[in-house]
Amino acid sequence: MTVTATQATPGHVPSGQTQPGGGAVHARRWRRVAPYLQAAPLAVTLILFLLIPILTILVVSFWDYDSVRVIPDFVLTNYAELLTSPVTWKTYLNTVKFAALTWAITLVIGFAVAYFLAFHIRSTSWQMVLFLVCTIPFWTSNIIRMISWIPFLGRNGLLNSTLIAAGVIDQPLEFLLFSDFSVVLAYVHLNALFMVVPIFNSMMRIDRALVEAARDAGAAGWQVVWNVILPLSKPGIAIGSIFVVTLVMGDFITVRLMSGGQSASIGLMIANEISLLQYPAAAANAVILLAVVLLMVAAMLRVVDIRKEL
Amino acid sequence: MTTGSGAGTTAGSTVELVKLTKAYGATVAVDAIDLRVAAGAYCCLLGPSGCGKTSTLRMIAGHEDVSDGDLLIGDQVVNGEPPARRGTAMMFQSYALFPHLDCTDNVAFSLKMKGVAVEERRRRAREMLDLVDMGKYAARLPAQLSGGQQQRVALARALITRPGVLLLDEPLSALDPFLRDKMREELKRLHRELGITFIHVTHSQTEAMALADLVVVMSQGRIEQAGPPRELFNRPRTAFVARFIGGHNVIQSADGLCAVRADRVQLGGGDLRTDGTVRALEYHGASVHLSLDVAGAEDFAVILDETRFYDAPLSIGAPVQIGWNRADAHPLAS
Repeated sequence: MTVTATQATPGHVPSGQTQPGGGAVHARRWRRVAPYLQAAPLAVTLILFLLIPILTILVVSFWDYDSVRVIPDFVLTNYAELLTSPVTWKTYLNTVKFAALTWAITLVIGFAVAYFLAFHIRSTSWQMVLFLVCTIPFWTSNIIRMISWIPFLGRNGLLNSTLIAAGVIDQPLEFLLFSDFSVVLAYVHLNALFMVVPIFNSMMRIDRALVEAARDAGAAGWQVVWNVILPLSKPGIAIGSIFVVTLVMGDFITVRLMSGGQSASIGLMIANEISLLQYPAAAANAVILLAVVLLMVAAMLRVVDIRKEL
Repeated sequence: MTTGSGAGTTAGSTVELVKLTKAYGATVAVDAIDLRVAAGAYCCLLGPSGCGKTSTLRMIAGHEDVSDGDLLIGDQVVNGEPPARRGTAMMFQSYALFPHLDCTDNVAFSLKMKGVAVEERRRRAREMLDLVDMGKYAARLPAQLSGGQQQRVALARALITRPGVLLLDEPLSALDPFLRDKMREELKRLHRELGITFIHVTHSQTEAMALADLVVVMSQGRIEQAGPPRELFNRPRTAFVARFIGGHNVIQSADGLCAVRADRVQLGGGDLRTDGTVRALEYHGASVHLSLDVAGAEDFAVILDETRFYDAPLSIGAPVQIGWNRADAHPLAS
């Protein structure tokens, strides 16, 4: 403060004595700059770790490449090849199918689990205990959780041998592993909690008197759920849906492991292109995927206003 | 149970509690109480917090299971019946309006549950909103209303089921004093117009006195006394009732405990006399309230007419002789 003021005033003013005008100018300048400085840490983080990587991908998506190098250029061939290839459309369809199935199943499971925890467990300590039990699977890595399905679902796995031993089936069930079934099963297993948590959070905010008021008005059990609890859980459902849909849309490892290479997703397609060093093609694919996912999220936010939850 | 439509007049139902008990584990919240509320009466359950009045109301409403005893509404035992089959409707302390529904749909909620068509139920909900003067707010969400307006909507929602008994859980406690007096009048008007039974839980004796035909004073899960307000005020049965409804001095005399109304105590007069000193005095407009230190009573209150007091004013610390007539000393059960 003093230093700046001294610099701003002519030499004959003794140092340490601020001229009134200089101080005011200084304070005004500071007031203009302060908000930018306060916003700077977040802005810098976002620029470094979000904006620059995305811009890089966007730039690279217009580059050219051959089997050995990537050539800086501006070509639309990456997009043209991607959008005209039937493989892309089939893969997108497949990915959207996985996302839709996973979303629907996790929604039902998530709503049911959250409803049970929030409305049927009376004591808060039991609620917390059971809620923590739900998070136990997260203590191991995704890959391990996926791989552990393999010995269970395999042709000679636990489930098949048990069913055969019990005389329920004669032949091992083939659809259990390396199929769409096992892919969706793994997705549901990995992502159900992302649906449970926000819905549970929404439900815990519902005033219990509302349930009594609904009962007082003659609502049966399912009518209470449908007319009161479900509408008031919508923000949680929207947040959970955004988690699940974006995670499934971007996944490649689950599809690779659980389908045994027989099914594909956009993420897997991008991963394959990267392993073949076709970075521009992978970048173009990533840009399209980003656009599609953003559109899906925007659609969900149009249906539900999640602001009151944040 | 009344399902009459059109006319708008619904007959009230009697409510009868027979040895009604509510226990939570080892704690007994309501201890075998007997009470009969006549059809169309305005009954106030009055007592300090934790006295069992809210548990009693919630049992009548069907939001709390009856541990023991019987509950009759009309001439039916309704112990295990769900709330909607009892012909009761409850107005909750926090109003419990559905935040995602506008006023019309809030009021129409019970009709929707019964499967009444949209047009019909909205029309009836708007009629009900008009009854409580909320017609012009029909399209608003609860969050856009003031506390008093929310309460009117809650009232309309309770009344649309045409209940025989309306249950009110501390309906006025969340309002500011001015609105409270206005809503009190409004409740009384509705009670007169609808002719149904009102059961109203409160911890305010003024509210109970002002509204009820039947005041039920409760303490520790039991009924201390039930009767019309005048009877309670003039003949409190126990020291608890005398203290809780206020305006009384509880005095240990030769014949046992007795109650003397604070406004019947005279300075320097009366058949029975004692001495005291003035501890505090408050000017209340029409009257002056004195607090005295008197041997044998914890807290002795005297209410004097304003003009009479200022004819011979007293100051704090002044010794006084007080007295009352034998007829004004009302003996209490211990």
